[in-house]
Amino acid sequence: MSNGCACHTQLEPEQLNEVGRIMEPYRGQPGSLIQVLHKAQNAVGYLPREVQVMVSEGLNVPLTRVYGVVSFYSFFTTKPKGKHKICVCAGTACYVRGANQLLNQLEKDYHIGPGDTSDDGQFSLDVVRCVGACGLGPVMTVDDDVYGRVHTDKLSSILEKYAKE
Amino acid sequence: MSLINLTIDGVQVQAVPGTSVLEAAGQAGIKIPTLCYLKEINEIGSCRICLVEVEGARTLQASCVTPVTEGMVVRTNTPEVRQARKLNLELIMSNHPQECLICPRSTNCELQQLAAELGISELRFTGAMSPYEPDFSSPSLVRDPRKCILCRRCVSVCENVQQVSAIAPQERGFDTVVAPAFLEPLGNAACVNCGQCALVCPTAAIHEKDQTGEVWAALADPEKHVVVQTAPAVRVSIGEMFGAEPGRVATGQLVAALRKLGFDRVFDTDFTADLTIMEEGSELIKRLQEGGTLPLITSCSPGWIKFIEHFYPDLLPHLSTCKSPQQMFGALAKTYYAQKAGIDPSNIFVVSIMPCTAKKFEAGREEMNGSGHRDVDVALTTRELGKMLKEAGIDFNSLAEEEYDSPLGISTGAGVIFGSTGGVMEAALRTAYELVTGETLPDLEFHAVRGLEGVKETSVNLNGTTLNVAVAHGLANAREILERVSGGQEYHFIEIMCCPGGCIGGGGQPIPTDREIRARRAAGIYDADRAMPLRKSHENPAVQALYKEFLGEPLGHKSHELLHTHYLARQKY
Ligand code: SF4
Ligand code: SF4
Ligand code: SF4
Ligand code: FES
Repeated sequence: MSNGCACHTQLEPEQLNEVGRIMEPYRGQPGSLIQVLHKAQNAVGYLPREVQVMVSEGLNVPLTRVYGVVSFYSFFTTKPKGKHKICVCAGTACYVRGANQLLNQLEKDYHIGPGDTSDDGQFSLDVVRCVGACGLGPVMTVDDDVYGRVHTDKLSSILEKYAKE
Repeated sequence: MSLINLTIDGVQVQAVPGTSVLEAAGQAGIKIPTLCYLKEINEIGSCRICLVEVEGARTLQASCVTPVTEGMVVRTNTPEVRQARKLNLELIMSNHPQECLICPRSTNCELQQLAAELGISELRFTGAMSPYEPDFSSPSLVRDPRKCILCRRCVSVCENVQQVSAIAPQERGFDTVVAPAFLEPLGNAACVNCGQCALVCPTAAIHEKDQTGEVWAALADPEKHVVVQTAPAVRVSIGEMFGAEPGRVATGQLVAALRKLGFDRVFDTDFTADLTIMEEGSELIKRLQEGGTLPLITSCSPGWIKFIEHFYPDLLPHLSTCKSPQQMFGALAKTYYAQKAGIDPSNIFVVSIMPCTAKKFEAGREEMNGSGHRDVDVALTTRELGKMLKEAGIDFNSLAEEEYDSPLGISTGAGVIFGSTGGVMEAALRTAYELVTGETLPDLEFHAVRGLEGVKETSVNLNGTTLNVAVAHGLANAREILERVSGGQEYHFIEIMCCPGGCIGGGGQPIPTDREIRARRAAGIYDADRAMPLRKSHENPAVQALYKEFLGEPLGHKSHELLHTHYLARQKY
């Protein structure tokens, strides 16, 4: 029913079959909801709408309750991981040097919060504990590259490179 | 069963095992304030307004979820208890918009009343407001999460009583919100618009969509001929909006009040309820004789219709093709009545007063334009009518009784009982019996289909054929019957009403509406039936004239065009 919703991505039939197999032993068991969602997320990488609908039907739990659990626990995600993985260090040193502004900027310009994926699927964002480069704070990594002293004005030029890839 | 002895505020109390401290206190005449609690529906102990002191317990206990135990000593009115309750209420209020002056629930709001009762006189805490905007997407209801205190009563009703599960708590912490899955707007969800959530909501976080403005505008428009119809169940509840006892039959005052508001004609949905019996009864007889799809299931209740469309689309052929009485009325007002009165139907504005929020949705269904116009222009709830009358300064209870206009205001007792669960069935049986057997019914009251039992069944002998019938109200009960039908149980005719108690318990009725109030309104409905000179639909002279002058015969060509409809298979998600 929801069009244009990013979590409504088409999955491969093989992935849906996999979710079906995972669910099989738990059919009609509402109590196994969290367990099944975990396994499904491990298999598919995230919990898009159609997976939640399958789980709802299979376990006989209302979809409102499935989504309630998915949206309650931060370890569940409804979006696929982005092509590129951004990590912002939230250790004390980086925090003091402006990691928070960086996160705000990511939210503002890319509509992406910690644990989230940008709508175009390019980037996912995680906050990490100290990466051991405190002198260079605030520190951000994109995939395997480490960037130091990333102040908000540098952000777009760094990410631009990856967005093109 | 041995009773449990306990002491509450120094009074010796006896209670049945399993009783909560709250109920035991209530039985002893001791009032404990509550907010999230709703008897038998929502007993989850979340708001902690009902705290009491239990001797020996380390902390204060939520009395709504604390069972009585032998020798228990309870205190409900100590300084600590009062202070703790106040604190909890202040915290609930801390992120609540201070909008009482302009709020649709003002003077009928449990939160507001509780603040007064607990003596809250200042706002000591102010927290961040809910980040969610009001949701106007539903044709029937408005969600306003800013005013939600997360008591979850609506969720319990929607999941357990109705088994629709259109809403549940989503997200967490400050972002927690009662909403459909994926935070979709309610208008996109598989919600049946029954309004049972609005009926139990203690605040204005879910309420009916207010359409009184459209009606005021039509009444003020000199070009418009504004006619109104009143559903059977409104006459036994509207008085409550003005402090009358539930179930008091106020038909004549209702008519008088509507005339005072300025309606050009005051008609009665009971007229088309009688007509429904003619059409639906004929449909039943036809299906029995010609081997059509059985059981036939009634189609008066738009919440029930949307439910079967979403959740049991394969059973749609069982539904009667009859429009609901509200829609039959609209179609006839803009054809038959327009012709008779010599009025251009495009200038006729049809308003319904309904106990129901789903009627708003029904009036807006695309196909409901058999007359060539929108059959019904606006459906108001009992509550909205109450508000209009107050705004107009009409002192309802002191009005002298008046009579409905003819011809669309003429009805029988069979039409009145449509307002209560079992009523359509009883009305149909009264008529079917006499039409099939050609004999007069010895006793026209079918008590087996009356009352608030969730599922009722009986068999009736019609000229040697046994008719198995069943009645359900509340969608959890409807589901049960549908499962029995799918399981092969043999029924011929089934009545299903979306709301518990039928229309007397509809989502548009005065708040509060609980089991006891439903029972009293139902009693009022049967009183009104007994007071009618005619009590069988086929004896309604105005209906007979309608067939003679205009429709021809039941299930005829014109009926088909104006009084019957079709349904739509909808998705569940
Ligand atoms: S919901 Fe109740 S407390 Fe809140 S603004 Fe409305 S009347 Fe006042
Ligand atoms: S209107 Fe009925 S179905 Fe819709 S949310 Fe409210 S209780 Fe549930
Ligand atoms: S919408 Fe009303 S009934 Fe539902 S949780 Fe909020 S306050 Fe309670
Ligand atoms: S009324 Fe008891 S906890 Fe809310």
